[in-house]
Amino acid sequence: MKTSSAKPSPKTVQKTINYVKRYWTLYLLLLLPVTYFIIFKYIPMTYIQIAFKKYSIVQGPWEMPWADNYGFEYFIKAFSNRDFLLALRNTIMLNFLDLLVGFPAPIILAILLNELPYKRFKRFTQTVAYMPHFLSWIIISGLAKQLFTPTSGLVNIVLGRLGFEPIPFLNDPVHWVWTYVFLGVWQSVGWNTIIYLAAITGINPELYEAAEIDGAGRFRKIWHVTLPGLRPTIITLLILSLGRILGSEFDRPYALSNNLVTEVSNVISTYVYAYGIKGLQFSLTTAVGIFQSVVCVIFLFAANALAKKFGERGIW
Amino acid sequence: MVKSKKTKIGDLIVAFFCFLLILACLLPMINVLSRSLSSTDALIRNEVLLLPKGLNFDSYKMVVDDPKYTWSLVWTAIITVIGTCLSMIMTTICAYPLTYDNLKGKRFINALIIFTMYFNAGTIPLYLLLKDLHLLNRPAVLVIPYCLSVFNMIIMRSFFYGIPESLRESAEIDGAGPIRILISIYLPLSTPVIATLSLFYAVGRWNGFSDALMFMNNKREYWPIQLLLYNILNNVTSIEVSTQEGFTKPGLADSIKAATVMFATVPILLVYPWLQKYFIVGVTLGSIKE
Repeated sequence: MKTSSAKPSPKTVQKTINYVKRYWTLYLLLLLPVTYFIIFKYIPMTYIQIAFKKYSIVQGPWEMPWADNYGFEYFIKAFSNRDFLLALRNTIMLNFLDLLVGFPAPIILAILLNELPYKRFKRFTQTVAYMPHFLSWIIISGLAKQLFTPTSGLVNIVLGRLGFEPIPFLNDPVHWVWTYVFLGVWQSVGWNTIIYLAAITGINPELYEAAEIDGAGRFRKIWHVTLPGLRPTIITLLILSLGRILGSEFDRPYALSNNLVTEVSNVISTYVYAYGIKGLQFSLTTAVGIFQSVVCVIFLFAANALAKKFGERGIW
Repeated sequence: MVKSKKTKIGDLIVAFFCFLLILACLLPMINVLSRSLSSTDALIRNEVLLLPKGLNFDSYKMVVDDPKYTWSLVWTAIITVIGTCLSMIMTTICAYPLTYDNLKGKRFINALIIFTMYFNAGTIPLYLLLKDLHLLNRPAVLVIPYCLSVFNMIIMRSFFYGIPESLRESAEIDGAGPIRILISIYLPLSTPVIATLSLFYAVGRWNGFSDALMFMNNKREYWPIQLLLYNILNNVTSIEVSTQEGFTKPGLADSIKAATVMFATVPILLVYPWLQKYFIVGVTLGSIKE
């Protein structure tokens, strides 16, 4: 037997030739996508080392000299930089509020839509509710500015006619935060119902019938049948959301921000843009980026492990 | 089944909440549309709520007459079409081979791809790479760096998995190779997923902003519509355009901004309702666990 493993038998050679003959086109198809992932996802990972090095424009990342403090100079710098700490705080705060308000919203809406007996009206509501998802944050910020301007925006004109003081929705830090969260819900709530509605369709109708026979009303059926049926979906999406608690969108805070609210609107992504691409502090901002990526991965794994500990299926 | 009076009232309450949601989604659009069609005097006097006052199309004329603006719209349409085609090809040729269960090295390639979903190097390393590749401020930078989305690839692969394997096997017996099977069996059966993913990629490109801001900032002639719009809305930089005259008059500036928002929004709003039944399938596929 030993000789056969060292010297493949003619049979296995023939098998390999047949295999390659049959499938070589599949490898040809994969060539371009794999090249894409290597160039645009993996080669940037080799640039990560500049977070630990003194950036120099004339040297490649491999030749740059190591930074001070065993290479951690720029991490220390980031964590003693007031703007970064503020951006870190804002990222966590805005994501947490998003989770608190934006996570339950599509669950409630999906249940509401499921209770709606008028089919055509339901379909129309869904179509309209999906619309904001297709608008860019630039456009939403344009809409928001036109609606919420203290003097000339629709909302404040109406408030004024009703005898209320105008509300500085986008021009004062506290109001800005809530406007930011509300606009996020507005943009995503309809779209995020799709997954929940699909999960509701998968619930066994016999369960509803059984609940009805037991005398359950609308709310009891929602509580004892619909919500338990949604549970696996809710847990999966919650894990993914927790994994993103330190992740940051760029377009949304950048488009909605203005000079009056930068103390709450600057997040990690906008900090990296301002300090890195505009301020050319590449080592510092790469360090910030790694910190963010690593923490995101840790959170995702932790959330998944926690879910499994409580007997849920987790995401993998 | 006879419904009791109580449930009917409940139905009406549910319908009422849905009606409120419809209003919340549509009113902002109606308001901006009215502003774009109203006279400057009415805008200055804050009279425009939901219906245009002093109906006119001046702001639309000013936008259309502005070559920078019309070019940006055309340019965005061009990169949207090219980008979507490229992305669909890449997504297909990535997803299809990975549906062959006995493909050697499949697990490795799979892991290589999925890993990039969970960990990425960040903005600055990508920026520096594009700089080293001399892609910054080149038109290709708006199409290539984000041309393949792992998430969309997984959706397509899930859809391919749903196609009965017996179809493939019988074609193989007839002597068809993998590419032939892809073109003559898989793709014709994949209209829903092709429609969905094309919509996702096209909307992503049409709405794309941050990549243009970061990688294309110095070449104003290649600014896509969202970047131009951002600068118009925030009065950033002196945009040497004819619409600038309008900005000296406060009311007109307002209605021009509203008109530009409408121009950037309407193309998408015209398309997505027709694809609704497809993208619902697509999103649901994306949530299926491996």
